[in-house]
Amino acid sequence: MIEREQVLHVARLSRLRLSEEEIDTLTGELSSVLDHVDKLAEVDLEGVEPTSHVVPLENVLRSDEPRPSLDREVALSQAPDPHDGAFRVPSPQAEA
Amino acid sequence: MGDIELIAASGAETAAKIANGEVSADEVLDFWLQRASGDALNGYLWSADRESARDGVDPDGGAIAGVPLAIKDIFCTEGVPTTAASKILGGYIPPYTATSVRNTRAAGLPMLGKTNMDEFAMGSSNENSAYGPSLNPWDTDRVPGGSSGGSAAVVAGGLAPWALGTDTGGSIRQPAGFCGIVGLKPTYGAISRFGMIAFASSLDQCGPLTRDVTDAALLLDVLQGRDDYDSTSVGIDGDVKAPTAERLDGLTFGVPRGLMSEGIEAGVLARFEETLIRIAELGGEIVDIELPHAGHAISAYYVLAPAEASTNLQRYDGVRYGLRASDEDLLAMYEVTREDGFGPEVKRRIMLGTYALSSGFYDAYYGRAQRVRTRIVEDFDRAFGKVDFVVTPTSPTVAFKLGEKTADPWTMYLSDIFTVPISLAGIPAISIPAGLAEPDGGGPELPVGFQIAAPAFAEQKLIEASFALEQAIGFDGSAGLAGGVR
Amino acid sequence: MSTEYEAVIGLEIHVQLSTRTKMFCGCELSFGDDPNVHTCPVCLALPGVLPVTNAQAIEYALQIGAALDCELSPVSTFDRKNYFYPDNPKAYQITQAARPFAENGRLGEVRIHHAHLEEDAAKTIHTGGGGRIKGSDASEVDFNRGGTPLVEIVTEPDLRSGAQVREWGQLLRATIKQLGVSDVNMEEGSLRCDANISIRPAGSDTLGTKTELKNMNSFRFIERGIEAEIARQKEVVSSGGEVEQETLHFDPATGELHSLRSKEEAHDYRYLPEPDLVPVVPTEAMLEAARNSLPELPAARAARYEQLGVSEQAALLLSFETEWAGFFEGVLEADDTIEPRVAANWVTGEFAAELRKLDDQPLAESRVAPESLATLIGLVASKKISHGAGKTVLEEMVSSGADPAAVVAEKGLEQISDSGELEKIVIQAIEDNPKPAEQIRGGNEKAIGALVGAVMKATQGRADGGEVNRLLRQHLGL
Ligand SMILES: [Mg+2]
Ligand SMILES: [Zn+2]
Repeated sequence: MIEREQVLHVARLSRLRLSEEEIDTLTGELSSVLDHVDKLAEVDLEGVEPTSHVVPLENVLRSDEPRPSLDREVALSQAPDPHDGAFRVPSPQAEA
Repeated sequence: MGDIELIAASGAETAAKIANGEVSADEVLDFWLQRASGDALNGYLWSADRESARDGVDPDGGAIAGVPLAIKDIFCTEGVPTTAASKILGGYIPPYTATSVRNTRAAGLPMLGKTNMDEFAMGSSNENSAYGPSLNPWDTDRVPGGSSGGSAAVVAGGLAPWALGTDTGGSIRQPAGFCGIVGLKPTYGAISRFGMIAFASSLDQCGPLTRDVTDAALLLDVLQGRDDYDSTSVGIDGDVKAPTAERLDGLTFGVPRGLMSEGIEAGVLARFEETLIRIAELGGEIVDIELPHAGHAISAYYVLAPAEASTNLQRYDGVRYGLRASDEDLLAMYEVTREDGFGPEVKRRIMLGTYALSSGFYDAYYGRAQRVRTRIVEDFDRAFGKVDFVVTPTSPTVAFKLGEKTADPWTMYLSDIFTVPISLAGIPAISIPAGLAEPDGGGPELPVGFQIAAPAFAEQKLIEASFALEQAIGFDGSAGLAGGVR
Repeated sequence: MSTEYEAVIGLEIHVQLSTRTKMFCGCELSFGDDPNVHTCPVCLALPGVLPVTNAQAIEYALQIGAALDCELSPVSTFDRKNYFYPDNPKAYQITQAARPFAENGRLGEVRIHHAHLEEDAAKTIHTGGGGRIKGSDASEVDFNRGGTPLVEIVTEPDLRSGAQVREWGQLLRATIKQLGVSDVNMEEGSLRCDANISIRPAGSDTLGTKTELKNMNSFRFIERGIEAEIARQKEVVSSGGEVEQETLHFDPATGELHSLRSKEEAHDYRYLPEPDLVPVVPTEAMLEAARNSLPELPAARAARYEQLGVSEQAALLLSFETEWAGFFEGVLEADDTIEPRVAANWVTGEFAAELRKLDDQPLAESRVAPESLATLIGLVASKKISHGAGKTVLEEMVSSGADPAAVVAEKGLEQISDSGELEKIVIQAIEDNPKPAEQIRGGNEKAIGALVGAVMKATQGRADGGEVNRLLRQHLGL
């Protein structure tokens, strides 16, 4: 189960401005998925280590040699609001 | 030579025709560009012309040079729109090309086009594309599967000789099964992920969708290898060779009956049992095995994959590329852009993943799912102590109707019940066509996939066994090939 | 009686490593270039890219860990720290949260909780509203700095005052500078220090609510900022209030503290093990290399100098600056009869003062070699010239690079060694200055200074002070 309030909180963390309708739908859908997922609690996990990787690799490192950077025009070519060679964004001030 | 021969030819057969002068590489490319332009399956999101198809391609690339390739729109291609079927990347043109695509160009394969998919590879039906679903060439009222639905559809529907896809929880194997072609998900780490737009980084793996097992082997050989730009890439030791095996003597195939207890269509089960008989006829041994935790795989997967996805998809923020839907203030830029740019399934998974990682829930969800994953890895280790392969149907059903499973996410998720455990274990698996079957609800017969999984990096062995079985089954995909063009 | 409070301070220090390339991509590092000329698909977080760890950053980090006397972790891993901000292009920072590369260290009297590797954020320039966040309507992001390797050093709350933080911070900076793994330039941001500050009744061992003082660009400002914050907290508590957890900024121009808004309102970073990177498992060779690369670190060097008899203050001054330590040791090498204490006093005292007079001339540009300073010290020690004359000679050496013996000869500064000649001058001085002579005879011994001065003047500083004193006393009948 997930409460509407939690859905709102998670939407905020995810930076999604959900519509009222989506909030209702998602509250139901996420609750139903979580009901299934909650069955994981049945598994005996005593002494079991978590798996984040299945590749048994370590120390994959790159030598400190410069590689060419992008031309600035290319770097900025897909930017919604390029300005003076930089990526312009609205001021952070308003994010209270 | 007749066009019909080229449509039906595998990649290897086409390459042979080019090599012996029966047809030129130019003719082959023109033929396939022409086919792709008649796409009736919404399989392509972008189609090449002669020039762009050959961009960066080495004409002397080797044995399979000249056979054009369709590429899932999740692979970044310099100068060519790459959207991952998302509105948030509408019109996005990357400044670099994925390592796997570069490898195919070095091998001489022109690019036919970029194929449709579920948005950010999240889905099992291709219905989550922001650009409309791709259709199944066997029956255009049905889905081709997903997320590599476009790649499967164009190969099965005679719109491309072969294609690249990606598989996170079954996204190559399930659509291959639904469309009656071969789909191979290699061992995690066999092929570089660099330039492949991330969904769930610890699971994503590139692989081929082909007409037959031989083509899968040839493409895998070109794709695989260690890449300096992907820390988790390993490559496969030695070359991958075209298979020649005719028999399965001395090989054991484990069947996890416990996992197959419910929800399997009768027709699917019938083709599966028949295939087991074929295996036995070829000298292979069938044994029952246990994968005690595989039944929890879908649950673990739908915590782990969304968790990784939720952070992978945070970069779509309206700052550096892609959609920016509001400039009003910083928060609006983030929230409105992401709200408008992502489709419902992507939002669902972002929400689910963010929740699973959020303070107070991490241990109960993400932490627990990681440990269940360990259990599943151990299950397969134990199984491969006894058997050479693990076999299941690729999916519990044949291709379902458009809209049939969109109402309930969990029902849709269950269509990956046999593919997901293998993804969590990171091991290779292939889906080969095992014949046709009527859906439970009745209707025309549709392809059924047979899945074979092997231990990590045992690709060559997997391909040999699959090849022997493929020859014995003798699947005929011509009905699908006819369905791709208007 | 009112309660006495003590401050409890812990530090988080970010050190930019001076590798050639960024932490996870091959873009070159630079300072002060045009915006966005050092970017690539990886550090712009374009779709599909993956990080690959810079081997040199690992080496440098292990050296810092070893220098801070840390346990170097047999396995360290990377995590994603998630938050949205325009300077954070993936909306997660790759850092080491669960398993940092180094733990449980110590530098001087301060324990190190751990040190971890991470990547730096990009630079955001606020346009409009005078370049400050408040009142600006847009920001421009420059990703040149984004992805610079950082080592974050987190101390235990072992510090108690702003002054202690300044001194310890300087020791840390000198230590890292000596390793050669960072420029540790606070103005350019290659060393950044945040302080967590709380107060508690003196002697108590509970921790109060802490505030975080962010990113000040000199240790002097940090000292002042911390003192201001401690004063503020004491004020709050003694007037019956409670300290609130917040992040503060100290404005050195006004001496005021401002509260900053947090980056992510909810502070839920949703850490995730970074699936795109594999663990770092330092091999025995890597560990050995880190340990062997350690030069003599400032703290050890200061201790060694003190053992040689150098005063604590001079020992610290010399140890914090590698060139000064080298110069000092050069003096000792040139003449092993010179007492280290005496050499240290000349180097950090008279010599440093002369350089300051020359517009703060850097040591590297000085015309004085350690050998010639050793010659000068030798001349004074052997009483060939007086201490005062020595200073005159040094001034000449520093300004013209002259040889000390030549200056002595040219200016006739050789000490008057003939005591008969000196005696005459002393008698003359007593005659010429009857007043102080009378006072001394009357019991005011302090007045002798005036007579010593007169003798020195007459000899142009060429007389030995001790001898002058002795002769004066003899002739005054003391
Ligand atoms: Mg940090
Ligand atoms: Zn870069």
